[in-house]
Amino acid sequence: MQTTQESGTSTLQLVLAWGFVGIPLVLGVLSTLNNAMKLFH
Amino acid sequence: MASFLDRENTVAKPGFSRWMVPPAALCVHLCIGQAYAYSVFNLPMTKLIGITQSAPGDWKLTELGWIFSLAIFFLGVSSAVFGRWVEEGGPRKAMFTAACCWAGGFFLSAIGVHFHALWLIYLGYGVLGGIALGIGYISPVSTLIKWFPDRPGMATGMAIMGFGGGAFIASPLSVWLMSKFNTPTHIGVMETFVILGVVYFFFMIVGSIIVRVPPAGWAPAGYVPPAATNKMISRNDVFVYDAVKTPQFWLIWWVLCLNVTAGIGVLGQASAMSQEMFPGHITPVAAAGFVGLMSLFNMGGRFCWASLSDYIGRKNTYFVFMVLGFVLYCTVPYAGGTGNVVLFVCCFLVIISMYGGGFSTVPAYLKDMFGVRYVGAIHGLLLTAWSMAGIFGPVIVNYLREYNITHGVPKAQAYNNTMYIMAGLLVIGFICNALVKSVASKYWMVGDKPGSVANGGLATDSAKA
Repeated sequence: MQTTQESGTSTLQLVLAWGFVGIPLVLGVLSTLNNAMKLFH
Repeated sequence: MASFLDRENTVAKPGFSRWMVPPAALCVHLCIGQAYAYSVFNLPMTKLIGITQSAPGDWKLTELGWIFSLAIFFLGVSSAVFGRWVEEGGPRKAMFTAACCWAGGFFLSAIGVHFHALWLIYLGYGVLGGIALGIGYISPVSTLIKWFPDRPGMATGMAIMGFGGGAFIASPLSVWLMSKFNTPTHIGVMETFVILGVVYFFFMIVGSIIVRVPPAGWAPAGYVPPAATNKMISRNDVFVYDAVKTPQFWLIWWVLCLNVTAGIGVLGQASAMSQEMFPGHITPVAAAGFVGLMSLFNMGGRFCWASLSDYIGRKNTYFVFMVLGFVLYCTVPYAGGTGNVVLFVCCFLVIISMYGGGFSTVPAYLKDMFGVRYVGAIHGLLLTAWSMAGIFGPVIVNYLREYNITHGVPKAQAYNNTMYIMAGLLVIGFICNALVKSVASKYWMVGDKPGSVANGGLATDSAKA
């Protein structure tokens, strides 16, 4: 099987790739931040 | 399939954006970063038989603690043993292998939970998972450095930030999954392991599909290599097994080990320490919030400090860690003595950011010293420092606290000596870092030949150094 990357990377591909890892990470960070705020209550 | 995984078939075609590579690395690091959240399974696994409370035959916390210790041990071993294979086989093959081991570790552990066989979990999460941690951790490092020769610190910082951030996803996800599968007669650990295995396998495989290595001689548009006059940034490669013969490798090994020892000890004890140093001021709930905030700074520090190192240099970055760390550790007893919670929290947040920064800056430091070619493998060998620190850090904090309390020191002051010892460790780290000089030319590779071969034996060729 050959890797196909004949054309350039599109903006959509970049958005999808970063969203794929970024969305779970941001959700996790927000959840942790929410818990961390208890320090200041 | 085998050829799809080969390095030759991961070479990027013209037009490929290098900004696709950090998400590929994050796919792996966010998954294996789950290791930091493994403790969420500990309590449920002590009640698999008793359900509401531990029953005779249920596993003890001390027995379960070995799972994580085994995983971290095999992280160090596998990154050291498989480093050269990872480097020569390419990132896709390594990521694919890590995905199989990581998911396989979860599946084997699920079987272990089902049959209540602890040895299967030791083998699954501990050994197989630990191997996945080691291979997965180093798999994207050299690829990122090759794609970002202009910002190697930032690039590796992004990936290693993912390792710190993996727990943020894994912890709530695992708790939520267990709550979905829990019944009055069953604890949902097995099902959670299976689902996590499937999800992580999918994520890591996506990363292995996306990843590409740059063509030989590729450089970003407008990139100007560092001036040859900068002796602390080598343009020459050093073979992995020659690197361990250099004093620079061992000096950086100690710098990392001491920086991690100082951080890891307080990271594990932050909750108890904050409550004991400020009784009545920091409640258990607030302490949990403090731990969460420390985790965020651990993750953020990995990206910020590594990115900063691209501008001020790696050696200077570690000087900042050692000097600032020394000052902050010495300030903590003062904060405790005066009851200054804000000062205490600020000190530890900066300390823990530098703990994370130590991990993420070191690949670029190694690249500066030993070149790009075997940096992943050399990084793998260096991670044994992490395993060592993982033992020393908690031992120093826990045993000194116990010693102080049994000798009549009030709990609020029981950590003071520990803080001064941590500060002392950073002084040693400062000296080690100061001794790091450029690698002697006798270690440089000549073509494909290691310096030790090309120069006919390093010991007899000191004149070239």
